[in-house]
Amino acid sequence: MREYKSSVPALEIEDLQGWYGESHVLHGVNLKVYPGEVVTLLGRNGSGRTSTMRAVMGLIGARKGSIKVNGVETINMPTYKIANLGIGYCPEERAIFSSLSCEENLLLPPKIRGAGKGMSQDEIYEMFPNLQERKHSQGTRLSGGEQQMLAVGRILRTGANLLLLDEISEGLAPVIVQALARMIRTLKEKGYTVVMVEQNFHFAAPLADRLYVMEHGVIVEHFEANELETKMPVLNELLGV
Amino acid sequence: MNPEFFIPIPVLLSQLTLGLVNGAFYAMLSLGLAVIFGLLNVINFAHGALYMLGAVLAWAGMNYFGVGYWTMLLVSPLIVGIIGIIIERLLLHWIYELDHIYGLLLTLGITLVIEGIMRSAYGVSGLPYAAPSELRGATDLGFMFLPNYRAWVLVASITVCLATWFFIEKTKVGSYLRAGTENPKIVESFGVNVPVMITLTYGFGVALAAFAGVLAAPMMQVSPLMGQNLIIIIFAVVVIGGMGSIMGAIVTGLALGVLEGLTKVIYPQASSTVVFLIMAIILLVRPAGLFGRDK
Ligand SMILES: Nc1ncnc2c1ncn2[C@@H]1O[C@H](COP(=O)(O)OP(=O)(O)O)[C@@H](O)[C@H]1O
Ligand SMILES: [Mg+2]
Repeated sequence: MREYKSSVPALEIEDLQGWYGESHVLHGVNLKVYPGEVVTLLGRNGSGRTSTMRAVMGLIGARKGSIKVNGVETINMPTYKIANLGIGYCPEERAIFSSLSCEENLLLPPKIRGAGKGMSQDEIYEMFPNLQERKHSQGTRLSGGEQQMLAVGRILRTGANLLLLDEISEGLAPVIVQALARMIRTLKEKGYTVVMVEQNFHFAAPLADRLYVMEHGVIVEHFEANELETKMPVLNELLGV
Repeated sequence: MNPEFFIPIPVLLSQLTLGLVNGAFYAMLSLGLAVIFGLLNVINFAHGALYMLGAVLAWAGMNYFGVGYWTMLLVSPLIVGIIGIIIERLLLHWIYELDHIYGLLLTLGITLVIEGIMRSAYGVSGLPYAAPSELRGATDLGFMFLPNYRAWVLVASITVCLATWFFIEKTKVGSYLRAGTENPKIVESFGVNVPVMITLTYGFGVALAAFAGVLAAPMMQVSPLMGQNLIIIIFAVVVIGGMGSIMGAIVTGLALGVLEGLTKVIYPQASSTVVFLIMAIILLVRPAGLFGRDK
């Protein structure tokens, strides 16, 4: 047990149930993330990882149970209030806006009141030089990799300290995946708390402090990074890695 | 030359000028519709009724309280904007997830209520409203005497249209609106209070309609039915320009006003149908509208 686990979790999900209309997709998710941790949420397609993140942001149809952000219960809060507790959400579909330029996309999310300073625009451009080169291009004209950098970059400016990153490595060239891995390490050094949903085990496993595995809308496995080796047979069975 | 095809230039120019004034109206009203549709996904049928309400309020201000044109040009949109905010909070608010047809039906219902109340209060005959004394008279443009009031209407509505365009396309708050039009949930997940933004957008859109209503009051009889005639043309303008494009709404509104003026000179019989003819053609060849994006 690491020492920081005695502190209030940055994110604490208890018995989370979630629905899209009539269809019940989350069946009692339990998950804790402590400040400064990088936690990975693994699972096959359709296991409910994206829905878990959307549920945290209040973006699914209905949710029940408990979701605490820095100790504050959010289950009945509207989305914008949840975000203002200091969460930066990078959705699976990236959601770059076509009516905004690259730079306007980057500057769109407002600073969160009372939150930390966040990264400066220059620091973000330093991390992703492509974005600076293409700052005047229409957001959706950027390549897939650039759009992904933009989708992540724009939530680093706001002062949000808890980042929810949904499949940021999906479908990207190896050099870009490496750049994103470097970014996660930088974020960890800067003290960000990161929850990553990943399909790409080889990208996610070396970055994570702890790993959760989901199946059919519940958490089925949970272990620390140093148990990875002994857990490989189980992971093989659950994920086919 | 066959006299039947001979169009005197002054007649042509003056019809084009009057067409431009009408076009400025179309622009201002379709702009509000487009902004509302973009963010709320609601086809606001009540736009015509709220335009009428703007004009009736101007008349009522003058006749009951002695409040003049210039004051009502501000107060009337303000009141209608607040009514819009109430309508959004109380009624529209519940139907965003549903098909467009529900929004159309709901706002049609709102239209019937507003027009019904006004009709039982004022009947259907027009109420006269005089232009402010500063704007009476006309200016000689060489080819025509342009009533000063119409010149003012043209300047005022184009200014308001361009200011709205600037606000939406060039400011930070405008970027929330543009992004919210594409994906309101994600904008909200950045901590932007999108529900309030939606309410204010509806309030602003209908306030624009009321502003147009006050501008219209001295040019035509103020009547509970004045919105009905206009809203159909405005819908055609929005279909031609394409829903959701700000500049598209402005340009299409002005162009169609001018085109109507032109038709009045060339073939007067068609002047009230030309807009619908163009709408039909556009729907066939470019269903998303001239400036529209597929949604
Ligand atoms: N918008 C939606 N409406 C209805 N069902 C959905 C929707 N999105 C996802 N689902 C369903 O929810 C389940 C979990 O999906 P998701 O959370 O996207 O999984 P993952 O991100 O792990 O691939 C799946 O069965 C999927 O079909
Ligand atoms: Mg997913």
